[in-house]
Amino acid sequence: MTSMSKPLIDKHLKKNKLGLTIRDYEGGMSTLCAGCGHDSVTAALVQAFWELSLAPESAAKVSGIGCSSKTTAYFMGQSSGINCVHGRMPSVATGANAVNGDLHYIGISGDGDSLSIGFGQFAHAMRRNLNMLYIIENNGVYGLTKGQFSAAADIGTKSKRGIVNEQPPIDPCVQALTLGAGFVGRAFSGDKSQLVPLIQAGLMHKGFAVIDVISPCVTFNDHKGSTKSYAHTFKYYHPMIHADFVAHADEITGDYSKDGVMDVTLHDGGMLRLRKTGDDYDPRDRGQAIETLMNPSDEAAIRTGLLYLNEDMAEMHDANALPDTPLNKLPFDTLNPGRAALASLQKRYR
Amino acid sequence: MKDLASPMTDTRINDFVLKIANVNGTGSASANGLVMKAIFRMGIPVVGKNLFPSNIQGLPTWYEIRVTKDAYTARCDDTDFVVAMNADTYARDLASVSPGGYILYDSTWPRPQMHDREDVTAIGVPLARLCNEHFDNARTRVLMKNMAYVGAVAHLIGIDVDVIRGMVEEMFGAKPHLIDANMKAIALGLDYAAEQYPEPLTVRVEAMDKTAGNILIDGNTAAALGCVYAGATFGAWYPITPSTSLMDAFKMFCDKFRVDQETGDQNFCILQAEDELSAVGMVLGASWNGARAFTPTSGPGISLMSEFIGFAYYSEVPLVLFDVQRSGPSTGLPTRTQQCDLTLAAYASHGDTKHILLFPANPQECFEMAINAFDIAERFQTPVFFMTDLDIGMNEWMTPELEWDESYVPDRGKVLHAADLDKIDKFYRYEDVDGDGITYRTIPGEHPKGAYFTRGSGHNWKGAYTEDADEYQEVVDRLTRKWESAADAVPGPVISESNTQTALGIISSGGCDGAVREALDRLANHGVHANYMRVRGFPFNAEVEAFMESHQTVFVVEQNRDAQLRSLLINETSVDKTKLIPVLDYGGMAANPSFVVKGLLTHLEMEEA
Repeated sequence: MTSMSKPLIDKHLKKNKLGLTIRDYEGGMSTLCAGCGHDSVTAALVQAFWELSLAPESAAKVSGIGCSSKTTAYFMGQSSGINCVHGRMPSVATGANAVNGDLHYIGISGDGDSLSIGFGQFAHAMRRNLNMLYIIENNGVYGLTKGQFSAAADIGTKSKRGIVNEQPPIDPCVQALTLGAGFVGRAFSGDKSQLVPLIQAGLMHKGFAVIDVISPCVTFNDHKGSTKSYAHTFKYYHPMIHADFVAHADEITGDYSKDGVMDVTLHDGGMLRLRKTGDDYDPRDRGQAIETLMNPSDEAAIRTGLLYLNEDMAEMHDANALPDTPLNKLPFDTLNPGRAALASLQKRYR
Repeated sequence: MKDLASPMTDTRINDFVLKIANVNGTGSASANGLVMKAIFRMGIPVVGKNLFPSNIQGLPTWYEIRVTKDAYTARCDDTDFVVAMNADTYARDLASVSPGGYILYDSTWPRPQMHDREDVTAIGVPLARLCNEHFDNARTRVLMKNMAYVGAVAHLIGIDVDVIRGMVEEMFGAKPHLIDANMKAIALGLDYAAEQYPEPLTVRVEAMDKTAGNILIDGNTAAALGCVYAGATFGAWYPITPSTSLMDAFKMFCDKFRVDQETGDQNFCILQAEDELSAVGMVLGASWNGARAFTPTSGPGISLMSEFIGFAYYSEVPLVLFDVQRSGPSTGLPTRTQQCDLTLAAYASHGDTKHILLFPANPQECFEMAINAFDIAERFQTPVFFMTDLDIGMNEWMTPELEWDESYVPDRGKVLHAADLDKIDKFYRYEDVDGDGITYRTIPGEHPKGAYFTRGSGHNWKGAYTEDADEYQEVVDRLTRKWESAADAVPGPVISESNTQTALGIISSGGCDGAVREALDRLANHGVHANYMRVRGFPFNAEVEAFMESHQTVFVVEQNRDAQLRSLLINETSVDKTKLIPVLDYGGMAANPSFVVKGLLTHLEMEEA
């Protein structure tokens, strides 16, 4: 998960409910640049899943192409993963999910993968309300091809070579709000205290949960004039709604003051404890969410946290009346109508 | 060269072509289907070809019914009797009638110009007037006009009206008033024709017993039924002619067979994707997760799916693709048939890729080979292309009733489930344990030991990323071996030996089969004899190579401009290409025997000269 190998001494590491240490949730060694925001996201995913005591084999990792998509190899090495073609991860996740909804689908994408080449698939996965966690590691540039602007680049942001972007950015959160996602969040790779619980909440949400994580590219987009640099993001970072996942079994701790706290019960058990951070903002109000993102009072502020939550939308399985037993586990004799049915059926063709 | 089809003789019982010319969108399809099926139910073999435009309403459309006592299955482009319901195409419809034939027209209006066809008998029936007098609203009048010509045709060629009545009753069982209305319209046409034209035509039908045990079904429906019987649970698609009816049929059968009566749960999932890229991605995801999944499409869809096809090939995920071919390139002729995607499918996607193709020739094989496609895709963990076409897929064919062998067990290929994984020390996705080029896969979610990372980037036998030349080559070389070994798993060729010793061979595939077999009969009358091999799968097995080896001249009959089957034969066998003579037909119509006969005779005369 990091770009340095670590010593194999883990006997003193804390164990989760499954008896697994955080090491059990790590993957191969990262090949990204030292300091890459994506590695922080990977670390947050590892921590989030370890804390949730997610059985590794119950998760399926899906990704497309790009620096972000590579990171599915760097966490949860005991989970199956598929690193497919550029921008097409949502379709693979859709088919996989349709035939086995029992797995947790964790999609990792980037701003190029989701907002340019894969914009259509990103949009349609949301329309279907696919039950998955969809993380966009957003750095505003194409890293592997050395620093071209992505569709997430802000107007006025400067490339490393000094070119100024003139085209309006695509905001994945605004798109998600208009296309039917029931869980829309934004985070910053530099703030694990916000990101880890947001990942947990997104994973436990039943339906499409998208988290746009500002994740600076240290090599191509971390300079002065870039609106996706660490410095810029720290400066304008504006947390709004903090979300914590609370499993039913857990005692609700008294850490938060009751003021500004809202509990939302999730369909699959557990609940989300939402905490306001000063703004008068209700994350269940889609109109307010769109208004806040599209017509902000402070243009520069990067609003983060759980921006929108709707637990009451039918997800793809409901809409298709799929059985509780996953399609990939149905025995052949329940699928094959047999000889007599074939003979009877053909009367209409005589 | 003169066509060798037998000329019109005095009386042609159960051996003629009836062509009905309509305007698209006037509801004629069910009327035309009624005529064909009534003849079929009289025990007489039929061939039906629906020639339709890429249009919803207004353009011309034809329905050809070949009545064939000899049970030929190809289209015959001679026309003996035209029902000319489209004024715009009257002139060319008239021109298409063979000497001595008939044209039925709507005599409500003055008869269009006859263009000197005194050798064609014109039959006027005032269809519009009769319907206007007996039916009220405009739409009903248009629809009933179709039934009125059914009645007239029934009288003229001798179709049993009781058979028609039985079908109308089946069609409108729950709505007696519609049975009455349709039978009334049929009677209008029939009575008028009987009164004005009491003499029987020289082309007519007489009951036989040659259709028992057969059904009339289109290939897309049969293929969809194959998907159901193969246990496919997932289908994703983007609508495209001529494949759409395959998914429609799958839905229909699933609604019938796969809905839990108690819970209403659907033991299947069909997703209409946003495009073909997504459709195949969904199928890949479902297959990766261990379900039997498929996508029906046509050539333009295959073009879009190519990146995922390469991914599936390299990462070894089963895929089943139904390519219902239509005329290309580009949009081409979307409602016309061709066999023009053979080379596209064989090598689809960038880089070194080779795929497995199946070539069904009729609806019966569509049913059977759909099941083969899933078995082979899972056995070899790779894409399998089911190469059908518009003619097979969308036209109704007389085909033996489909049979199901209850002892069938799906071949799910080499899969390690949880219990298997418990027994082994370490699982490597691309380890060639058995030395046959086919490695073991696992199903996500079943066991932590089975987890692996599926990737389209360079990988070694362990499944780990690599840029090492040897490790990379080891994997891609194994893929070649795996593909080659599929030659013996695909359905083998069907070889018909001539009774007469000959050095001539014919090779064909799929929808050309009926045309070739009929052409062989005609050529035999002409003193030309050939052995015939129909290939049914790619890669080609040893029999295919041996057939070419053992003949001096081999005609390769196919429906595309570039002789694509011939190209595959040259590319993938050691045959001397100079002895493979292309015989090509690529106008978009269903294959007829004439082009085969002409192709052979032209070449043979050149040799003799």
